Amino acid sequence: MIVPRYTREIPQRYRLEAGRCKKCGYLAFPPRQVCPECGHREFDTVPLKPEGKILTFTVVHVAADAFSTQTPFAVGIIETDDGARLTAQIVDCKPEDLAIGKRVQLMLRCIQKEGKAGILQYGYKAVLAE
Amino acid sequence: MVGIVGYGSYIPRYRIKVDEIARKWGKDPESIKNGLLVYEKTVPAMDEDTITISVQAARYAIQRAQIDPKEIGAVYIGSESHPYAVKPSGTILIDALGIGPDVHVADYEFACKAGTEAMYVAYSHVKSGEMKFALGIGADTSQGAPGDALEFTASAGGSAFIFGKERVLAEVEATYSYTSDTGDFWRREGRMYPMHGGRFTGEPAYFRHVISAGRAILKQTGLTAKDFAYAIFHMPNGKFPLKAGKILGFSREQLEPGWIVPWIGNTYSGSSITGFSATLDVAKPGDRILLVSFGSGAGSDAFVFRVTEEIEKARNRAPTFRELMERSKFYLSYGEYAKFRGKIHMND
Amino acid sequence: MREVAIVGVGMTPFGELWNKSLRDLFVEAALEAIDDAGVDRIDSLYVGSMSPGLFVAQEHIGSLLADYLGMAGIPATRVESACASGGAAVRMAVLDVMSGASDIVLAGGVEKMTDGVDTTFALATAADQEYEAFHGITFPGLYAMIARAHMEKYGTTREHLADVAVKNHEHGALNPKAQYRNRITREQVLQSTMVADPLRLLDCSPITDGAAAVIVTTVELAKKLGKPVVKVKASAQATDAIALHARKDLTRIPAVEKAAQKAYKQAGIGPEDLNLVEVHDCFTIAELVVMEELGLVERGKAGEAVSSGMTRLGGKLPINTSGGLKAKGHPVGATGVAQVIEVVLQLRGEAGERQVSGARLGMTQNMGGSGGSCVIHILEVES
Repeated sequence: MIVPRYTREIPQRYRLEAGRCKKCGYLAFPPRQVCPECGHREFDTVPLKPEGKILTFTVVHVAADAFSTQTPFAVGIIETDDGARLTAQIVDCKPEDLAIGKRVQLMLRCIQKEGKAGILQYGYKAVLAE
Repeated sequence: MVGIVGYGSYIPRYRIKVDEIARKWGKDPESIKNGLLVYEKTVPAMDEDTITISVQAARYAIQRAQIDPKEIGAVYIGSESHPYAVKPSGTILIDALGIGPDVHVADYEFACKAGTEAMYVAYSHVKSGEMKFALGIGADTSQGAPGDALEFTASAGGSAFIFGKERVLAEVEATYSYTSDTGDFWRREGRMYPMHGGRFTGEPAYFRHVISAGRAILKQTGLTAKDFAYAIFHMPNGKFPLKAGKILGFSREQLEPGWIVPWIGNTYSGSSITGFSATLDVAKPGDRILLVSFGSGAGSDAFVFRVTEEIEKARNRAPTFRELMERSKFYLSYGEYAKFRGKIHMND
Repeated sequence: MREVAIVGVGMTPFGELWNKSLRDLFVEAALEAIDDAGVDRIDSLYVGSMSPGLFVAQEHIGSLLADYLGMAGIPATRVESACASGGAAVRMAVLDVMSGASDIVLAGGVEKMTDGVDTTFALATAADQEYEAFHGITFPGLYAMIARAHMEKYGTTREHLADVAVKNHEHGALNPKAQYRNRITREQVLQSTMVADPLRLLDCSPITDGAAAVIVTTVELAKKLGKPVVKVKASAQATDAIALHARKDLTRIPAVEKAAQKAYKQAGIGPEDLNLVEVHDCFTIAELVVMEELGLVERGKAGEAVSSGMTRLGGKLPINTSGGLKAKGHPVGATGVAQVIEVVLQLRGEAGERQVSGARLGMTQNMGGSGGSCVIHILEVES
């Protein structure tokens, strides 16, 4: 029963809410209580820009059971235009279209399903910008 | 003046050709295409559903409207393929778009006219002065049973419309609804695929309700087809909307911008309203547009819109329907399509 | 602080051991180590295991295993640092003896991975659950992303990666306890099933059952036991953010460099003084990046070094004479301990066909997740 854990992550997964350190400006995604750069403990809530570029990627052919019917699927590390980094699937493309440096947009997609009866888990995925 | 202040559409990138489906079921592709006037349809990716489509369409609508999402007082999504049987699609959408929590949310269903229902109720809230802005969406990822006629046309897509009183880009001049208990198409609780009455879906269902609603709204407003620049009717296939338009006195040219079904299929609750969105992409200030939906069961919602100057400013703030259509498409084999649509018995 | 030595080693064969439970495995390895040391008591016990809870629904294994060893009552703790659990257990034992709190400590590691759990899911718990694993990324996928970045930046090739696996299998063929005793070719690696592009099946360490244990004590006590005295000259540990996307340079694993620098300083040596190294080759790319982080080669040059034969038995600096995680196997919690065992055997001259001649100084490098933790030990045999 993953509902409470899932619900807590909604501001990040649906709206890309990050924390900007009030002291040094570091953008923490997901938000946290202590800035890893300067140790400060106060942050402003800011949504990340939903555009960015691919820093690296892979195409997963062997996945955990929850993702086994989706293989092969691409996953990449994306750097948003405001400098945050996150891991996301890259969809609606052929593996050959992927390259380090290509621009992407983040969109809401259904990421996982908790079996046939459990909840649907939505979150961000990246799509190649056209 | 009350009307649309922002609009947007979204269709998936995947397609399957009618040829491919026909061949797999031993039917002649040419007869099917000529009979339906549909050549290919959209297929939702395995991670797409009515909610993800609605979110993207609504995002574009908010971009066009240039309003603060928190000012939206109600969100209604109409669909016959809501991902949950119990838990509204609308709650996921509001949290995704930063709307609410001070907002009214409800999901609507009425076969293919659930979208115009959502729009009608959203419009009514703004008209009554109840709220500043209200959002009505129609989106679907409906299925046709394997080997059935509906499998050629049932597709995925949706559109979103924000109603308001400021910077209206298409004023609502009139609305009309016509409803009766006509069971031409239905799906029982717990069943995966719908059932339909074959040719009964034509005259007694689609045409009776579409033409009745169309005639009634024309009578109510004292307008005729000549007073309109464009008209869009529900598109279960390519032929029905052309016939309905002809009966009501519209020319082929008036139907052209909204006649999108041959290339994307029937997006059910998204059907007529996405044709309407494609029409807004090209309409000029002063143009009148007639929109008549049809939902099996059965009923039609009719709207008369009048486009204002605001359309020129709002239109380019988000991708047009044609731009969405022209993005690179991925064509699927029937096997891939069946896998995507969960038509295959899995071991779970 | 007292000087510490390792006086006993023991491990089960590594492989798919259907007939042995987690308890069976640990006890077998521990008894072999105790007998090898010739000690008559254990003061405390540390067992490294990444996830007995997920694999066999069993926690509280410190107490469980102390009891099954016939030693219920002694302090016993499970140590966890993902795939560095074993190395971390050894470190805890070293600190326990160094501090004077205990004199004879058993440090073991065990993982029972073949009892039917979704191992891809279980292993992915070493990654960021909500921001990496949630999105479907797997461990091979994370290392594949490192590989791609390394290939893009330094021109590392698929062949370089394959040569790591080929070498480790050559070594594994000489190790009676290794899971895989077969030699493989570069072509076989390049043609094996794709797991996460560009990593293929033969780039990945396997799923393995196994346990390993060492007996840690003071140098003083070690001398009395009559075996060659293998001293622990350094025991160092460092961490980093566990999510790969949090690393500034995706071709680097800073936790390894940090732990290595601490270790070299503690031991008063440099990379050029080492005779052999056991590194954490969970994936072929890991061995290359680690070589660079340990300062064994210049950045970007590890691929060439491996392909040139520098790190083979008989080469300038043999790496993973045990067969590494790839050929020896990777029962997660046991790996770090097994690495220490290999170096101990080599320093004692007991490595049989895979003996590095004149081995006096060796290093073990154990790593958790995609580099979130690293434990390094440097061992030296007293002549």
